[in-house]
Amino acid sequence: MTDIWVVVAVIGAGTMLIKAAGPLTLGDRPLPARVQSVVALLAPALLAALVATTTFGSGQELIADARVIGVAVAAVALLFHAPVLLVVLLAAGAAGVARLLGVG
Amino acid sequence: MAEPSSPPIRFELRRGAVTALPLAVAVGLFGVSFGVLSVTSGGMGALPAMVMSATTFAGSAQFAAASILAGGGQPVAAIAAALLLNARYLPIGVSVARFMTGGPADRFAKSQLVVDESWAIAARGEGEFDAGRLIGAGVVLWLAWVGGTIVGVIGGEALGDPATLGLDAAFPALFLALLASQLASHRTMVAAVLGGTIALALTPFAPPGVPIIAASSAALIGLLRR
Repeated sequence: MTDIWVVVAVIGAGTMLIKAAGPLTLGDRPLPARVQSVVALLAPALLAALVATTTFGSGQELIADARVIGVAVAAVALLFHAPVLLVVLLAAGAAGVARLLGVG
Repeated sequence: MAEPSSPPIRFELRRGAVTALPLAVAVGLFGVSFGVLSVTSGGMGALPAMVMSATTFAGSAQFAAASILAGGGQPVAAIAAALLLNARYLPIGVSVARFMTGGPADRFAKSQLVVDESWAIAARGEGEFDAGRLIGAGVVLWLAWVGGTIVGVIGGEALGDPATLGLDAAFPALFLALLASQLASHRTMVAAVLGGTIALALTPFAPPGVPIIAASSAALIGLLRR
């Protein structure tokens, strides 16, 4: 039982420090231009990685299931400039329907 | 209260919260699923699960730690997996640092509301982030995650696993929608394609968490001359 509390405490404290590290050490000082041009690309790089892994990832495996259908529907909705809220709802709905129909 | 919050900040807070609402439903149901998992045989138990959701506030890391413990794994392995999965919050934290105001305690508190979804909602493109939107979304998502965990812990196995149907497709859809709004220049497209490719290529070989951290290296193309 104590083991579990050690795990909870270390993961909690560790995660808090990881999240706070940037905001606490960098402050609101402007970064050097070269560093800023790297930081500006972090969002697209990380977002694309999140799209890829949350669409195809299943542990250490890559699989194609109903999520792919949901994301494809989201992509079409985005082409028609649908608002974010609608995109998310359409994706969840499409994947849910696909799963009910036994696809993926 | 040193200064009353000006209307634009309140507006952005509300905007972040509203954008996060449909995700809060999905996050809440995954929280239920985490709570249920924790009170089934071999789980970490009700109180540790609730404390973990409130303090760690990171779904994938918590599921990883819980499943390692449930499988009889070592505590060290559970800690390593969770912290590795959360290491992406280091570059993510760096990206939002410039937009957080206030003293150290303020910044520490605000940084705790950073999760993938709140960060993505706060992104305005060109490396700009809105702190108000991040906080509004973060609070809503935290309430959903912790509330869901509590419901799962109390409801236990009677609830079953709600994390089926199409909820898991909500997350890539949000990330895709926000990525689409970021693709303003040729450079951001190259960084995105590179980041996605690195993450997929490493997934079968690297421990969970590493592919996404490695994908952040795609941002180094920012060092190239235009």
